This record gives sequence, C-alpha cells and structure tokens, in this order.
Amino acid sequence: MPRIFPDKSGAAQMLLSPYRVLDLTDQRGLLCGKILADLGADVIQIEPPGGSPARELGPFFHDEAEPEKSLFWWAYATNKRGITLDIESSSGKGLLLKLVKDADFVIESFSPGYLDGLGLGYSALAETNPSLVMVSISPFGKDGPFADYNAPDIVGTAMSGFMWLTGDSNRPPVRVSFPHFYLHGAAAGSTGAMLANAHRVLTGEGQHVDVSCQQAVARTLAHAPQHWDVEGNILTRNGVYRQTAGDSLVRTSWPCKDGFINYSPGGGGAGVAASTRALLAWMDDEGLGDEFLESVDWEDLGYGQMRSEIMDKAVDPLIRFFATHTRAELVAGSVEKRILLFPVSSQEDILAHPQLEARGYFKELEHPELGITATYPGLFIKDRDRDTESQRMGIRRRPPLIGEHNREIYQGELAMSDGELSELSAGGVI
Amino acid sequence: MASKPQAPKPLENLKVLDFCWVAVGPQTTKYLAEYGATVIRVESSKRPETLRRAAPFTGGVPGINRSGYFANYNANKYGITIDMRHPRAKDLILRIAAWADLVTENFTPGTMESWGLGYTQLKEANPKIVMFSTSMLGRGGPMEKQPGFGPVLSSLAGLTHITGWPDKDPVNPYGAYTDFIGPKFAVTAILAGLDNARRTGEGIHLDMSQLETSLHFTAPLMLDQAVNGHGHTRMGNRDPNGAPHGVYPCLGEERWIAIACFNDAEWQVLAGVIKRLGEGWAGEERFATFEARKNSEDDLDRLMAGWTSGWDSLELMHTLQAAGVAAGVVNDTRDLFSDAQLKHRGHFVYLDHPEMGVYATERSEMELSLTPGSLDRPAPLMGQHTHEALTQIVGLSEEEYRSLEEDGALE
Repeated sequence: MPRIFPDKSGAAQMLLSPYRVLDLTDQRGLLCGKILADLGADVIQIEPPGGSPARELGPFFHDEAEPEKSLFWWAYATNKRGITLDIESSSGKGLLLKLVKDADFVIESFSPGYLDGLGLGYSALAETNPSLVMVSISPFGKDGPFADYNAPDIVGTAMSGFMWLTGDSNRPPVRVSFPHFYLHGAAAGSTGAMLANAHRVLTGEGQHVDVSCQQAVARTLAHAPQHWDVEGNILTRNGVYRQTAGDSLVRTSWPCKDGFINYSPGGGGAGVAASTRALLAWMDDEGLGDEFLESVDWEDLGYGQMRSEIMDKAVDPLIRFFATHTRAELVAGSVEKRILLFPVSSQEDILAHPQLEARGYFKELEHPELGITATYPGLFIKDRDRDTESQRMGIRRRPPLIGEHNREIYQGELAMSDGELSELSAGGVI
Repeated sequence: MASKPQAPKPLENLKVLDFCWVAVGPQTTKYLAEYGATVIRVESSKRPETLRRAAPFTGGVPGINRSGYFANYNANKYGITIDMRHPRAKDLILRIAAWADLVTENFTPGTMESWGLGYTQLKEANPKIVMFSTSMLGRGGPMEKQPGFGPVLSSLAGLTHITGWPDKDPVNPYGAYTDFIGPKFAVTAILAGLDNARRTGEGIHLDMSQLETSLHFTAPLMLDQAVNGHGHTRMGNRDPNGAPHGVYPCLGEERWIAIACFNDAEWQVLAGVIKRLGEGWAGEERFATFEARKNSEDDLDRLMAGWTSGWDSLELMHTLQAAGVAAGVVNDTRDLFSDAQLKHRGHFVYLDHPEMGVYATERSEMELSLTPGSLDRPAPLMGQHTHEALTQIVGLSEEEYRSLEEDGALE
C-alpha cells in the first residue's frame, strides 16, 4: 500500500495526495508530471545542475531568453517542486536511489537505453523499490526498428499519420504550428502511471510503463485508419474541407466579416440536422435563405454521408451569409439558436472567453522574483461537488526555480548536513 | 472466442456504467475496458448514436452494426439498450449505479439531471460513486449547453488558428482533434478519483471541459499572450528553432519526408550527406549558420525539395537516420498498417465481429510490463448484451428482466 507522506504542499485532501513522483523528464515529458501534480501528487522535478534543457525553449517572459523566464517551462513545470541532481555522477546516482526508495512513481523521457546505461533502468530501480511504477515516454517505445530514431515533433508527427491528413491538398502535409507529438505521449504517460497504480494498490507490485508517442498520435486520427481497414479508402487532406468518408467532403472553415469561423453543414442525429435547419432559418430571416438547401432531407443525412451535389450548392449561400456578420455576431446567434458553429479563436480571444471566465478557468500565480502575477491555463478538470476552497485538485505553486527545493529535500528529507550539501554543490552534483 | 490464460489486468475489479457516445467518451472508457474493467455501455436502439451511423462501413454497406468508427472505440465493452424516456428507466439505472464504481457520460450538461440521474441521485444510490462528465465547454457558465464536436472545438481552442499556411486560410488539425486530447487526461483523473474513493470512502463528480483540457496543448502560447501580449499564427511547417524544418517531396505520387535540423552541428551532418551524394549547394556559406539558413529559408526549402524528390522516401529516411539526421516519412493511413515500428508494437489488434468480420482496432499507446491489458472482444452489436449484462453481471432476476423487457424499457 502507498505510504502517506508528510505533506508540505497544502494538498493533504487532494486526489493524489499520498503519492510522490520523481520527474526526470525534459521538454518531452514534463506534461505527464504536471497532470499528476494538478490532481494533488507531490511531484519533484529533478533537473541537471544548471537547469533543464526545457528552460531553453521559448517563448520567454519579456522575450528574455533566460532559464527562469522560459514560458514553456512555466507552462509544464507548474505545481512541482524542483531539485538539481547530476544523475551521471556516482554520488548523484546514490542520491537518486535514496529518493527512489520513498517514491511511488518515476517518470523519464530520455532516449531509450540511456538510464539502463547509467545503471538506473527499471530493473535497477525496482531492486531498490519493488513497488515503484516507472513511466518511460519515448518517440516510438523502448524497442523496435525505429526506437533509436531521432524524432523531433515534425518527424514524429509525420510518422504518426497526422500530417498526411492535415493541410491543403496542393501543398505538403502540415503540422500544428506548436509541437504536440510529445505532449500526446506525456499525457498518455499519466494514464499509464495510474493504470499501473491500480494494480499496485491491489498487490504491492510495481512495473514499467513504456509509452510510444507515435502510437499516441496515431490514435488521434478519428476514423481515418478504419477507412483504409474496412472500406479500402485512403482519406487525405483537403484544406478547409474535411473528408468524412470516401466521396464525402464537408467544408469546416469559413471566412466571415472579421476573420474565420468553423461550421460543418450536415445532417443526422446529435443535433446536427437541427443545427443546419436553425442556420438556414436564420439566413432566411435575413433575406439570404436558399430554397435548395431548405429542401434537403438533412434529418436523413447521417455523419459522413454528405454528397458533393449538396455541398457544392451550400458554399456560395453560406459564404454570402457569413460575410455579412462578424465572428461575435455569428457566435452569439449560434448559442441562442443551438447551431454547431464556433469561432476560429486566437490565443487572445481565448483569454477573454466568457465561458472560461464564468468557470474561473484561468489561474493567477505570483512570480515574486519578477514582481509579476502571470495568468496560467487552469485545471484541466474540475471537482464539481466541492466549493472552490475545498477542491480535491488544484494549482498551488508557480514553477520551481533551479534548485529551489534542494535544501528542503536533501536536508529536510535525506537529513544531509550543511557540509555535505555544500560539498555536493561544489562537486557539481547538485 | 476461445478464452486463453491471460496476465492479470489492473482494472479487473472496476465496474463501469457507461453513457458515453461519439468519440471522446468512448475512447476514455475503451482504455478502462482494455485494462480489465467491466464496462456496460447504455445505448438507445430507437436513437442509435452518431458513430453507429458514421462511415466507414464494412464493404461500404451502412448498418448500425457495421461502422468501423464505432467498432474501434467500443471493443471489449458490453452493450445494452435502455429507453431512457421509459418510466422504469430511472430505477433501473439507479440499480446499475449501485453495482458500479464509476458512471461516465458526455451528454450536453443537464441531460442526466433531466432523467433524475444527476450526481446527487447517483450518490444516494451509491455514496462511493465516481461520476465522470465531459462536455464541450464544461458545466455551468453561459455556454454550457452550446452543442459541438471536436472539429469545431479545435477552432475555439485556438488550434485551427495556428494550423496551415500563412498565405492561405487556416485549416483544422485533422478530424475531431480535441476529442483525442481529452481521454488521456480523463482516464488519469478517473483513476485518481477512484483511488481517492478507495482511500476515503468518498466519491467525486469530475467535470471536464474539452476546451479547458485542450488549452494545455498550447499553454506556452497562452502564457505568451497573457504575459507578453504576443500573438501566434500559422507557420506552415516552419519552426522558430529549426532550419531546415519542413516536409519535402519524394519519388512517387504524394510521398513525403519530414526533415529538421535545430543547430549547426545537425545541419553539418545533413549537409555532409547531401554533398557526399553529389550536391554542392549544401556547402554554401549562405547556409552555414542557423541565422544564415533562416535568412535563406525559402531557397533552402527549394533546394532541399529538389534533392529529396529524387529519393524513395523510406530509403531516404533510413539513410538520414543512419547518419543521425532527424527524418521521417509522412505515413498515410494505409502506411500505418505496414509501418515497421507500429507492427512491432502491435498497434492494430484484429477482432472478429459477427457482422463486420475481422476488423482493426487500436491498442493503447503504452505497454505495461506486468499487466499489459488486451483487446479481445469486438464492439457490441446493438443490444447484444442486454440480457447477459443485466442478469449475470448486475444481478437482476430473470423475472425482473422479463418484466422490464415486456414493458418496453429495454429498447
């Protein structure tokens, strides 16, 4: 059974309060520990002396490329404590093993085999702590023909099938202009951690969780792989259209008066036919109705069954109507009329979104060293039956400074003396 | 299928009453079913869910038991039908809730409550119950009932805005993209909630807004906007830290390779390969430093594309990776089925379905060394397990079952 740790983070009543996580990841895995920390786990980020390579990633606070000002670091290290440790040195290894003894999870995102090479692979850690759950996040998993391939975001995303399906038909495939490949794997890492924990609480047994980011992204392709499997169709990218079936294209992105909106004409259940009817009625109210579109039997037109003779005739009337309205007008009307229409929002729009504001989503965290308060994306999930004060999940710490909790952990928990600590510091171990 | 001895599964004791439909919910409960949970999925035969009516269909022939989309996300689950508007439905659901540890749903907020089956009522039936609700925009607030799907939500979440070419309209990341961000967070939170219930005896109602979860996939950009006032937009395949950084054509129709270098050392290796194979431009001074390559990136991309277009994509990937250069083929959806690494991992699992025949479903992206989980039962036919699940699993008597059936509650 997991031990109950003395809690220093005000998280005693949280979902994962009893659990300690040692987080060895760099930018490829930080999100995994962040998810667990948001649910209340005590996550200790272990950085190499001098700081994590993730701190070199922009954007930066005030565009100043300094390790304490990386917004990438801020985003994914929040809610963790931070210590430094050179795990390649022999005294560093010893300290890590000491920490592993009392830990429930270790998360890492090194190249496959790296930790084994240091004598810190799963079997070595399990010898120290048989109940340990270790999560490894790598591009392709721990072994296999491509396991050692060099895979930055664009390479991994290409190999996962995502890029093939995204972009304009007469241009090369594209990615999202922000790296997602490792975020998918890191999020899956938290899933794997909790699955393994479910076995541990029954048996006391730990295990190794080996996550493939390629598989994580390949699982985001909706029904596209199944189109090949059961119908023999290779779906492809179609710019502002989405191919929902072999010969079925639905336009999703549309220009309006002041930007773009996302709307998919269509029929069938789940309010889709009703949404299309509501939009057509709205167009009619404003003298921009279309007899042909109103005559279509939307109720009987299931998902993936849009035909080109309908879609082709829908484009001009819809473009004419959208052009007469701003995004805000279209969104307000759609909320009222239950139309499946959303704005193509920028990050600036999102910060001012009324629903996020009403739910108190954004979280203000103080950075006293910089004399500022920063607005962070809030919790990914809410505790619906507790008031704000007693929620069992929460964002409670700004991201750690380099080595910020060295004293707290090494002295407070490992009972090292001042002398030992400064010796390690002088030796470059911490 | 014949049963075979299996490794233990971590969720063998977990009992789930599942109202999830379409993509984000069923993917969430598929993880649970793959790792051993007993998942009883409630459907309506009068109003078949969207995915049962969604292409692709085996052999291109539509049918509520033939959708590959549905079959992928519902493997390993028990399927029962209940008419939720029937007067006896509420008591029946409360009975199943008393059996269950977890209730999952992704209806428009308020739907469960309209049936008298909100968290309050479920908790009365079972104080330890964990309820998982996910919706587009979360519960409460002015827009809680706004209908939507992943494809439109990707736009609201700021992802469409940063996808596509700067000189063209923005495009959606493929498919219902945010539907596939949510489940990994969801399962983590559900299992944390269940662990908390085990330790404390207290349940929880988890309320997940797909928008709020998805914003963690652009969190650094959100912070840049918030603290610096900097906006971001679509850059095609460019990256502020890479040059070259793009997708280039290879031999054949629509064959592509992604190649990226993030510093001068990486570029020197790539340039070395290009030069060795007979192209001198790679040694030119205008490409020697990162800044120089960024300044000549259009030319660099053009020359790269000219060079790669003489190559077979797989051969080029292997050649470049052997030298340590980051390079990967753009797999299309057919290629995924022959990709050597995905095959090695057993990414696609094949199940035998009574109407579809053998079909492919996707395994989870992680391997658990001790309790690997498995997908061994095809997605249920409509109402396939109504009798079996209600009598043998939930424990209704034959008499109770027959009475419900005769009353028309099980449709």
